[in-house]
Amino acid sequence: MTASFLRRVRVAEVEPVASRIKRFRLVSADGEPLSEFSGGSHVTVCMQAPDRLIRNPYSLMSCPSDTSSYQIGVLKVPDSRGGSEFMHENVSIGTELEISEPLNLFPPAKLARKHILVAGGIGITPFMSMMSELESVGADFELHYGVRSLAEGAFCKLLETRYGPRVHLYFQDKGQLVPLEQVLASQPLGTHVYVCGPKPMIDWALRSATLAGWPDENIHSEQFTAPPIGKPFVARLVRTGREVTVGGHQSILEALEQNGIDAPFLCRGGACGQCETAVTSCDGFIEHNDHYLTEAEKADGRKIMICVSRISGDAITLDL
Amino acid sequence: MVLAFKNETFRDDFTFSNSPESIRRFPFPFHEDKYMYAVNIEPHVPGPKGTVYEFPIDIDEHYVAEMRDREIVLAADPGRCQALPHMMTAQWDMLELLMTSMARDYPEHFSLTQDGDHWHWINRPLGIDQKFTFGDHTTLPYEPMEYIGRQCQGDFSIQDQRDGQLWMDAGIITTQADWSLDFDIGMNFFEWHGPVPLAHEAGVFERALKFLLNLQVGRPVRRLNWTMTINPRLDTSPENYHKWGIDRTTVTPENVGDKVHLRVELQGLWRLPRSNAILFSIRCYLIKMKELVTIPKWGRRLPRVLETLPPEIADYKGLTRYRQMTIDWLKKYDDGAPTSPGFGPD
Repeated sequence: MTASFLRRVRVAEVEPVASRIKRFRLVSADGEPLSEFSGGSHVTVCMQAPDRLIRNPYSLMSCPSDTSSYQIGVLKVPDSRGGSEFMHENVSIGTELEISEPLNLFPPAKLARKHILVAGGIGITPFMSMMSELESVGADFELHYGVRSLAEGAFCKLLETRYGPRVHLYFQDKGQLVPLEQVLASQPLGTHVYVCGPKPMIDWALRSATLAGWPDENIHSEQFTAPPIGKPFVARLVRTGREVTVGGHQSILEALEQNGIDAPFLCRGGACGQCETAVTSCDGFIEHNDHYLTEAEKADGRKIMICVSRISGDAITLDL
Repeated sequence: MVLAFKNETFRDDFTFSNSPESIRRFPFPFHEDKYMYAVNIEPHVPGPKGTVYEFPIDIDEHYVAEMRDREIVLAADPGRCQALPHMMTAQWDMLELLMTSMARDYPEHFSLTQDGDHWHWINRPLGIDQKFTFGDHTTLPYEPMEYIGRQCQGDFSIQDQRDGQLWMDAGIITTQADWSLDFDIGMNFFEWHGPVPLAHEAGVFERALKFLLNLQVGRPVRRLNWTMTINPRLDTSPENYHKWGIDRTTVTPENVGDKVHLRVELQGLWRLPRSNAILFSIRCYLIKMKELVTIPKWGRRLPRVLETLPPEIADYKGLTRYRQMTIDWLKKYDDGAPTSPGFGPD
């Protein structure tokens, strides 16, 4: 099943909130009210660039009970594949966009006694809605938010005003780091930790939590990967008998769509598992870039997440 | 359309029956002359007018009588309705989904006025007029799931989603095909499906779970399930097995047409927006064999399905004792002609 049911929205407000981050407020453009959502949800935003359709997932930052508009925060990433640049350069008040319905791959655990939220940079966005939700049910939480500098830190003041001493800020330019080991070492049983930010930070946090004896079930992370670039290769499709060339700046999924081939997807960031595809054979090495398959499954090479993973080599044959 | 609600019973004197219109719209679950488990999930989108798929929540001529039966069950056994404390947001999600669907699709019978958090609900068939504050359960006579569950046909369970699993953490279950909420509450998807034969080996539950974990807001899905029940009894629960289990021994070649019922569940799955939980609706439809054979295609097909049913499935569904007798009775209506593909009458 594909995420072909889209909502039409209009940009009602664009606010630069930090040196490279813009906040966009989206309102319904099709007359139907927007759906409520749960803390930690994201939507996929479709952008019609001159040469292709770009689809990127962005976390919803607004209060989940406010259905008058959605808010997303977009960091402009240099040398990216064009999504964040498109949002920064081509989207302004009045622009109409298509978005998916909200999907939540990063929900707070409802049975947790306490929630530790660890954010790095733009990774703050899913925690904005999550904190609204936790606050509304009276849950115990604290935020540890690392930014490069005050100028780069979006929402620092807003968060301090709203949540007071539950917010802990760390500024890299002042030599401050999130004191993860300390934070993780002294939590009551039943605490859950959530991490969102750059990959090295997530890896560090997951490793630290595991070393500190945290159970896997209490550790959560979310990261949307943009499909990394590489060299072109050929994807052969067993069931449809087709053969498509995957360009260096394209994902397999994008190449299929460009050729009018319907393949399953949801998050397009290697997180949800919807686009899992069986590999019949591979003339080369699979570069697994997703966060969904287990290490054993990746080593096994019989499955690939076509939204973010590719191969170095000549051709891959897929059960599609 | 204004529905004419029947005065009938699902216990004691069993006066339940289907009108001819109700027979024609029965969700017959076999699209071919045999049956095997499958992940038979499809989008729960509006279907043709007059069918059980016309609206997301189907209300029919049995509504008032079914709600009366639910009231009897809950009075005798409050454990049929349970919700763990972390499910309150999901309960409100469910109340909103059902009230807005019912009021939109059956305006003659239900109406809902929303002014911010101040809601006004009118249920004409049951004579209910309730003003309440959305989000404040003290303004309702029951918690939200039980409140609306007592006013909507079908059983409902609510699954919390965490750790890549679904957990049955709330439900109102009074018309079940031999499973117990009191036993299953707090179990995960694999645990509560534990007793189902053959399907685990086929990997059906892994695939179904993966699919459900990514279920999207506003994109509900549905599937049909089926079994057979002796007498038109809605409450075939394990808790009351001593009352209905013995019914299986009362089937004779003479009374098959009246006593044996095909029981079909239209199961819907909805992502609930605020709680990220999943609502599972199990709407039960009953039809007597003598009603079923008034549709010639179904009269031909059902005996063929029952004859080729794997014995494990027949055992699990509790059909073994009266299966052959039912096939023999139905065979009178099977002239051997080929049946057309698909579920509906020709």
